[in-house]
Amino acid sequence: MLIINNLNVELEEENKKILNGVNLEIKPGEVHAIMGPNGSGKSTLSYVLSGKDGYNVTEGTVSLDGENILNMESYERAALGMFLAFQYPVEIPGVGNMTFLRTALNSQRKANGKEELSAAEFLKVVRDKAKNLKIDADMLKRPVNVGFSGGEKKRNEILQMAMLEPKMCILDETDSGLDVDAMRLVANGVNALRSESRSFLVITHYQRLLDHIVPDFVHIMAEGRIIKSGNADLALEVENNGYSQLLAECA
Amino acid sequence: MAKDDVTKYKIDCYTLPAESNWANQTRADALSWLNQNGLPNGREEYWKYTNPLSFNSSKPPLKNEIDPSYKKPIFDNIDCVKLVFVDGVLDLENSDDLTLTGLEIEPLAKANKNEDHWSLGYFGNIEGSSQKVVKKTLASLNTAFAVQGLTIKITDKVSKPISVVYYHTDQISEALIHHVIKIEKNAHATLLESGGISSRSNCVMELSLEENASLDHIRVQGRSHERESITYIFSNLEVNSCLKSFTLTVNGRLTRNEYIVNINGENAKAHVGGAIVGDNGFSHDDTVFITHSAPNCESRQVFKKVLRNGAKGVFQGKILVKEGAQKTDGYQISQGLMLDEDSNFLAKPELEIYADDVICSHGSTCGEIDPTALFYLTSRGIPKPEAQDMLVLAFLNEAIDEITSNEIKEIISKRLLDWMLKRHKS
Repeated sequence: MLIINNLNVELEEENKKILNGVNLEIKPGEVHAIMGPNGSGKSTLSYVLSGKDGYNVTEGTVSLDGENILNMESYERAALGMFLAFQYPVEIPGVGNMTFLRTALNSQRKANGKEELSAAEFLKVVRDKAKNLKIDADMLKRPVNVGFSGGEKKRNEILQMAMLEPKMCILDETDSGLDVDAMRLVANGVNALRSESRSFLVITHYQRLLDHIVPDFVHIMAEGRIIKSGNADLALEVENNGYSQLLAECA
Repeated sequence: MAKDDVTKYKIDCYTLPAESNWANQTRADALSWLNQNGLPNGREEYWKYTNPLSFNSSKPPLKNEIDPSYKKPIFDNIDCVKLVFVDGVLDLENSDDLTLTGLEIEPLAKANKNEDHWSLGYFGNIEGSSQKVVKKTLASLNTAFAVQGLTIKITDKVSKPISVVYYHTDQISEALIHHVIKIEKNAHATLLESGGISSRSNCVMELSLEENASLDHIRVQGRSHERESITYIFSNLEVNSCLKSFTLTVNGRLTRNEYIVNINGENAKAHVGGAIVGDNGFSHDDTVFITHSAPNCESRQVFKKVLRNGAKGVFQGKILVKEGAQKTDGYQISQGLMLDEDSNFLAKPELEIYADDVICSHGSTCGEIDPTALFYLTSRGIPKPEAQDMLVLAFLNEAIDEITSNEIKEIISKRLLDWMLKRHKS
């Protein structure tokens, strides 16, 4: 599915190196978690994978289903099946949530040679999926994320994921700003989407999200590279001992 | 050329019509004010950002390419009373029957020949008295010489909108148009204006809203890239009256839209707004002057301009709160969205307040498309140009939201979307 090979990235404006040779392979159906202290490059990795401007890839390759994606625009990557659930979903006043979702879905369908969904067809699907995530009609009508609570914003991200049905889902600190119940709701939404053909990369600071979304592999990231990989137990080790001991071990 | 000469040459282009005594007098007064003060020049405070040269010019207007796609008027699908102007001349043949309950419409030239027409005391008066603080001598020129226009008296709640449609057919046409509109006590009307008037136009509207009267005014200025147009809306608002006016401008070489609003009666409301999209050598100026003379009144100014390819947007908005106009609620926002680095947005918000218990706020911003919002949209698969359009429309929506009617709001949004799609193709 996703193969990251020796990825080196710096900030375009500052020439500051953020990623120092990340290597990672995610196979179809696998759930990988990346943990790491603040400033280790986790969010940068998610942005570079999804095609945000402002980063220079100085070395390395990334392929999704065998296609090199680093030269693609973010919307082309999305059409190929890449999805990033934002740590801070963006508020867009003046753009209705429904309009946004429908435009996104139909743009992807068009890019993939599928017929666009009519307003009625779309409405049926979106209502159904929104219900599972406890998103009411009012939230769908409002402008994108405007006036949404932290929990509502994250649920709205998962709704988008459910609608767009991506192959490769990156969740950037989806647990931040969520209470226990909201986290469970979001995790259930994610788990409902787990399938043999869909992979996840879950970025988090804390082990608790991984109680709900149980990963197949856990990677620890520090100073722009993956310093240790293991199974779900590695997350527990971090939770119990903190990062400093691990960092010292690997230094 | 000296200022006096510019004014003299311009005046020489026209002749004073002979009408009723009162109309002749009004025109003579306007001409004398114009002679005394001269046409505007770039050194004047309110003409610093927009050069009045081409409005003042006595030479014929520059030749204009007429956009054939503009043939179908934007409000054609709305059931309304339609009045047609072709190159600035009223075309009664192609206009609707003007009889409708609560409505009296007559051509200006006819009204002005009537010795005791109701517009006596309105024509030239609202304009003339509104010029005492800031001179508007191009409007005086219009009052002195304009023979085209309408007098509209609304005596009741009019069931259909009145739609004035301007067609521009002659590539070097020039127009002076003057409308006088009176909304009587408890009456209401919706007035639509659409189309490009002519290559160069000077259009004055005098509005009087009596007690409890209301007017919704929606104007869509033509799509032609070459037109030059100056408009003035002078309005007097009495107790409990409500004026809502919105203008959509898409392109045009040079546009200056002025609002002069005098809030004279308590509890009156004035909302003026504009959504402007400009491209390539375009210059657009909104100049607003709202005077609060009575307490407990509300005014809003919402102007949004999207600019690219070296387009220029100007906003000059003033709220004057006179002594005694307590509990005034004045709001003003002007925003420029630049799609490239070649465009300019110049804004001058002004507040002048002589009452001590008022709320007046103003804001002005100028920026580019928010890259984070753009990334959010594209990361969901929306192609960049389309995502940009969504954000441009979202930006303009705050101004379009000033329109009361949902039907008209949708028509305006659709027109904008069409324009943007066409822009991608070109």
